[in-house]
Amino acid sequence: MKAFSKIFVIFWKDMLTEVRTREIIISVLVFALLVLVIFSFAFGTGAEVTELAAPGILWVALTFGGVIGLNRTFAVEKENSRLEGLMLCPVDRAVIYWGKLAGSFTFMLAVAVVVTPIFLALFNLPVFLPRLALVIVLALIGFAAVGTLFSALAVNTRARDIMLPILFLPVVVPVIVSAVKATAPVLAGSPWGEMSTWLQIMAAFDIIYLVAATLVFEFVIEE
Amino acid sequence: MGKDTPVSSAQAVEVRGIEKTFGELRALRGIDLAVNRGECLVIFGPNGAGKTTLLKILATLMKPSAGSVRLDGVNIREKPAEIRRKISLVGNQTFLYDDLTVYENLKFYGRMYDVADLEHRIREVISWVGLESRLHDRAGTLSRGLQQRASFARAVLHDPPVLFLDEPDVGLDPRAKAMVGEILKSIGSGSRTVVMTTHNIEQGLALGDNVVILNRGRVVYQASRQELDTADFRQIYNEHTETG
Repeated sequence: MKAFSKIFVIFWKDMLTEVRTREIIISVLVFALLVLVIFSFAFGTGAEVTELAAPGILWVALTFGGVIGLNRTFAVEKENSRLEGLMLCPVDRAVIYWGKLAGSFTFMLAVAVVVTPIFLALFNLPVFLPRLALVIVLALIGFAAVGTLFSALAVNTRARDIMLPILFLPVVVPVIVSAVKATAPVLAGSPWGEMSTWLQIMAAFDIIYLVAATLVFEFVIEE
Repeated sequence: MGKDTPVSSAQAVEVRGIEKTFGELRALRGIDLAVNRGECLVIFGPNGAGKTTLLKILATLMKPSAGSVRLDGVNIREKPAEIRRKISLVGNQTFLYDDLTVYENLKFYGRMYDVADLEHRIREVISWVGLESRLHDRAGTLSRGLQQRASFARAVLHDPPVLFLDEPDVGLDPRAKAMVGEILKSIGSGSRTVVMTTHNIEQGLALGDNVVILNRGRVVYQASRQELDTADFRQIYNEHTETG
């Protein structure tokens, strides 16, 4: 229970900082919305485009927007050597990972909550799609799990802005592909059966990412 | 006696054969040190001597390549979380979050350390560093000197018996240095064990019970403060830190 309360304390600190600065949310949101607008102008928003390209457009916006946000996850701890302050605290390194992960996930989810209805409106789709919410949550858990780990790794490199996407994107390919494949039947109004396999794949990768990242985080963060 | 069993000892900090290499660079070359409870050890040395590396190892932020460190008889690699409750570090970086107020920063660190009666403790430490009137100001709006005072408040919030100070007055103007100097005096006068690195010979000799000179990763001189006066020590320092 103590570990949970410490995770919450780190999460609370990140939320409070973000509420004050709006550094991550605003930049990610603007980027994701720009991607949506550019693609909707480039491809149009007809029924054919909705079927073929819309799922990909949504996930390009959320994935690349997410990378921008993830870059800041540990960058903020690097300034003023705050990471050392965190590492001096009497908690397991995994607690730091889960605290930062909770923050990353929440930031990405907040962006998705704004971006997705705009995306659905742009493509003339119903704005309320609960099944899409499930796809988004599962995909963002995977993104946050991998992204938080690689953000900690990239923050100690000189070219961290470039390093994070290079490390992050190849590893989350299974989640991105599954998210796109699971989104298509939701937008087409197809039955659950057509998306359930992709949901299972995403859930499996989420568990693998979370377990692996929790185990290796200590080695990533130390030296 | 099992390896996890704390050894009853007057020594709060015991360093044996610490070595640290970064690739080809040998930053520390077999450091042996001991600090008794309640004493202040001051480590002098030129830039690159290995002072910060040594303190980072003592503070569990870095693993040594060889050797061992025991704090209160406990090996720091065996029970790092337990050790971290007993130590704190003040460097020239404050570890404070600029966009949180001083109060919020202290509350954050206090909750991470499970500080009992946190509100009361925050009032206590903030009064000790004389920052009551700035408690609800964002840390980023404070001057460098005031931020360093807030950093001292953060460091002693959980009342650690061992405190590591890594050149805590670097980058401060003379007035801020004097304020931090007052805080250092009150830290040194208590029962807390202090290990401090500094380039400031007068201040170091005023605070230390024992002094060490580190050069090129080795302890090249150590003595009790009582055996030294400032002028002699300056000469000793120059002799032991000359290059060549």
